[in-house]
Amino acid sequence: MSDMVVSTMFTPWQAIGGGCLIGGAAVLLMWSMGRIAGISGIVAGALTETGGERSWRLSFLAGLFFGAIVAAYFSGALVGVQSVASMPVLVAAGLLVGLGTRMGGGCTSGHGVCGISRFSLRSVVATMVFMASGAVTVFVIRHLLGEGV
Amino acid sequence: MSRLIVLLAGALFGAGITISGMANPAKVQNFLDISGNWDPSLAFVMGAALVIATPGFFFVLKGQRPRFAEVFALPTKKDVDAKLVLGAVMFGVGWGLSGLCPAPALVALLTGAAPFLAFLLAMFAGMLVHRFVFER
Repeated sequence: MSDMVVSTMFTPWQAIGGGCLIGGAAVLLMWSMGRIAGISGIVAGALTETGGERSWRLSFLAGLFFGAIVAAYFSGALVGVQSVASMPVLVAAGLLVGLGTRMGGGCTSGHGVCGISRFSLRSVVATMVFMASGAVTVFVIRHLLGEGV
Repeated sequence: MSRLIVLLAGALFGAGITISGMANPAKVQNFLDISGNWDPSLAFVMGAALVIATPGFFFVLKGQRPRFAEVFALPTKKDVDAKLVLGAVMFGVGWGLSGLCPAPALVALLTGAAPFLAFLLAMFAGMLVHRFVFER
């Protein structure tokens, strides 16, 4: 496996600031449209729905890119960002993320933020499960298959 | 007007992902690498989002209806089933392998790097497989 280990700094203030914006965005979408700001669901709906069900999702995604471009310009947060996995691994990972989030009904934003904040048992369980399977996966590729630091 | 608000919500979300550093797959993978060079940033992102969203949803959902829609479209499923767990396991494996989940992958695409496009196309394919194979 050709994964690269890049060490990163703990950045609590950027994390808290960004997290507040994400939480605020989720509340704003619920207040305005009555919808969950779950990105896997929004992307999947933008791909498969039609009419109004598709168009609000496309508006949200257009906003997401716009906000990211503005934030990246002022913060420099995307400078030096690169993939940590090889192309075949990325394709496999993408398939797993796409299929898994639809099967499990959500991802980090839908379950991890919107679901837990509504005290949804399904979301608490899903979040614990994907955190655990993610951690096990990283442990295996970095420490068992041993290419790590 | 409603479209402008949705656009603004998306913009706040995209800015949040970007500023938090979560569009950097190395940071996400290092969060999941508890026994390695652990970077706890992601926990702070999620924690801060929950601190805002928990009271926010509480007050918003006390209202009769959303500002621009008829009803609050909340998930109706309540039971923890095998599909939920299996899906979450699969998502976690993909997340760990790549350091990418859906929103950060979209933001990372802005770097112009082809690997992120490949990940996203595969993710779209996975979603379409679910829609047209598993949901039939």
